[in-house]
Amino acid sequence: MINIFEIREAISMAFAAIKAHKMRAFLTVLGVLIGVTTVIAMVSIITGLNKSMAQQIESLGSDVIYVTKSEIGIQFEGPSEEERNRPPITFEDAMAVEELCPSVEAVSPQNWGPGAKTVKYRDNKVSRFQLIGVMPSYEVVNNNYIEEGRFFTDSDVNYRAMVAVLGYDVVEVLFPNLDPIGKEISIAGRNFAPKRFRVIGVMEERPSILGESQNNFVLLPHDTYKKLYPEEKELLLVAKPKNPELLDQAIDEITQVMRIRRGLAADKPNNFAVATQDDIMDIYRNITKAIYMVMVVISSIGLLVGGVGVMNIMLVSVTERTREIGIRKAIGARKRDVLWQFLIEAMTLSGSGGILGIIVGLLLGQLVAAVTPLAAGVSLFWIILGFSFSVSVGLIFGIYPAYRAARLDPIVSLRYE
Amino acid sequence: MLIRTQDLWKIYEMGREKVNALREVSLEIEKGEYAAIMGPSGSGKSTLMNLIGCLDTPTKGDYYLNDKLVSQMNDDELARIRNKEIGFVFQTFNLLARATAAHNVELPLVYNGTESEVRKRKAREALKMVDLEDRATHKPNELSGGERQRVALARALVNNPALILADEPTGNLDTKTGHEIMNIFKKLHRQGNTLIIVTHEHDIATYADRIIYIRDGAIEKEERKKN
Repeated sequence: MINIFEIREAISMAFAAIKAHKMRAFLTVLGVLIGVTTVIAMVSIITGLNKSMAQQIESLGSDVIYVTKSEIGIQFEGPSEEERNRPPITFEDAMAVEELCPSVEAVSPQNWGPGAKTVKYRDNKVSRFQLIGVMPSYEVVNNNYIEEGRFFTDSDVNYRAMVAVLGYDVVEVLFPNLDPIGKEISIAGRNFAPKRFRVIGVMEERPSILGESQNNFVLLPHDTYKKLYPEEKELLLVAKPKNPELLDQAIDEITQVMRIRRGLAADKPNNFAVATQDDIMDIYRNITKAIYMVMVVISSIGLLVGGVGVMNIMLVSVTERTREIGIRKAIGARKRDVLWQFLIEAMTLSGSGGILGIIVGLLLGQLVAAVTPLAAGVSLFWIILGFSFSVSVGLIFGIYPAYRAARLDPIVSLRYE
Repeated sequence: MLIRTQDLWKIYEMGREKVNALREVSLEIEKGEYAAIMGPSGSGKSTLMNLIGCLDTPTKGDYYLNDKLVSQMNDDELARIRNKEIGFVFQTFNLLARATAAHNVELPLVYNGTESEVRKRKAREALKMVDLEDRATHKPNELSGGERQRVALARALVNNPALILADEPTGNLDTKTGHEIMNIFKKLHRQGNTLIIVTHEHDIATYADRIIYIRDGAIEKEERKKN
C-alpha cells in the first residue's frame, strides 16, 4: 500500500487539477451528480410521502373492511374478463353481512355511480365532485362524522327524501359566506334534469391523501340515489368490526357469507374482493417500490455515464501529465504509487460530483416540501450510500487510466513533450 | 567505491536490427568525486546516465551502487534506490507546474513517508542551500530559468542522496546563468557530494575533476584534472 502522505498529496493534487479545469471537471461529473441527485431527491420525497401516507391512512381508521367486485389496486390493463363478469355487490349483500356476521358492528353500502354533472347554489357551481348514495351507518363505519346540522335517518332513506349532506370543499365553493343548512341546492346528473335538494348537514373535514382532497363530495340517502340512478347496481361495502381485534374474524365471516350467497363451491376462488387499510397501505408500498425502481434505473444510468466521463477525462489527464508521471517515477514513485495517485484523483473527482449531487438532491427535496403538503426527509444512510456510490464510480472507472499511468516507462515519459 | 559497472551492455531492438547503445562499459566512481560524462548526441551517454540513475536496467553486465547490485533489482526496488540514493537534475528542469517551489522540493520526501513537518523543514533547508528561500511559495511559471533549475537542484538534494546526477543541467540556460548553476554544483562538491554531469559542452565538463568521453557506446578516453 501507499503511505498517508501520498494519499494527502494525491487528494490535494486532485483538487488542484479540478481547480485548474473547473468546467471540464463539472461536465465530467455531471452524470454522477444527476445520479446522486436522483437518489437523494427521490428518497427524501418518498420518505416524506411515507410519513404522511401512514398518518393519513391511520386517521381513516385501520379497522375498516372494504368489499368490492374487483381487486383493489393499480391495474395497468383494466379489470380482467373474469373480473368484469363477476356479479355486482348488492344492497342485499350489505344487509346479509350486517345481519349474519356477529363480529361486524355496522356495514355502509355506498353507491359510487357515474357521478353528477354539477351542483349549484345560485351562481356558485361545482362540477367535479363525487355523488355518493349512503345509509345512516356511513358516519360510524367511515369514522367521518357530521360537523354541522344532522346526518341522514332511516326515514330519509325510506321516504327517498330530497336532502343532501355536503363535504367541506363543496361547502366552501357554494356557500363562501353563508350557513348552508336549510339552503336549497340543485344537482344535475348526466341522465337527469336538475333536481332540488335541501342541505341538512356538513361533514367534518378529512385530511387529504397524496395531495388529493377527501372532502369533495355530496352525500344522498341511498334510496334517493337509487331513484336517480335506477340502473346502477354497483356498490362498495364498507364494514366495521365490533372492535379492532375482531378484524380478521370479521373478514372471515364476511367472506363466508358472500361465498354462501353466491353459491361458490369450496374449490372455487372468491368472485369478489375483501380488503383492509393494510391492503391499501400495501398497494401504496408497491407504488413506492415502483418509484424506487425508476430511481435505481435513472441513477444507474447517471452513474454509468458519469463513470465513462471520469474514465475519459482521466485518460486525457494521464496523457497530459505523462511528464509529471515521469518526474514522479524518477524521484522514487513506484508503480503502485502512481496507480493510487490516479485512482484517488478519479475518486476525488467523482466524489465531488457526489457531494454536489447530495446538496442538489436535498435542496430539491426541500423545494418539494415547500410547495407541496409533503414533508421531505432523508436519512444519513442514503447520504452515505450516495457518496459511497459516487466514490466507487471513480474507483471502478479510474482503474484503467490509472493502470495506464502506472505502466508508463519513466525514461520515455521524461522525454514526452 | 560508490559506483562500479562491469561490462555493461544495453542493446535495443529496433525492428529486426539490434542497436548496441552501450558496449562493455566498465566504470568506477568514488564517493565524493565530481565526474562529467561527455560525448556527442547518439554516443550513448544518455543511456549510460539512465542506467547509473537506475531508471533502466542493463541488457548484460553488473552495476553496483554503494555495493548493492542494482542491475538485478525489480521496478519497486529501483524506485526505492532512486528515491533514497539519487538526486536528478534535468535539462528541462522537470518541475510540477501546479506545485509551489517548496512543494516540488518536498516531493521525494512524500514517497518515503516523511512527516509533513520534517518535509517542510528539509525543503526549507534545501532551498536555502541554493539561495532560494524567498521563492518557496512561487510556482515554476513565476520563476526564471535559473531559479527553476535551482529548485530542481534543491529537490535533488533534499533526500541527502549518495549521488547527484545532472543531465545537461545548463542546456536550457544562457551562458551566464549556466555558470551560476555550475558554481552551485562546485559548492555542493566541496561539501562532499558526489556529482555526475552529463553534457556535450566542453566548458561545462571542465568544471568536473574527471571527464569520461563516450563515443559509439563505449568509453573512448578519460581525463583527470591534476591538482
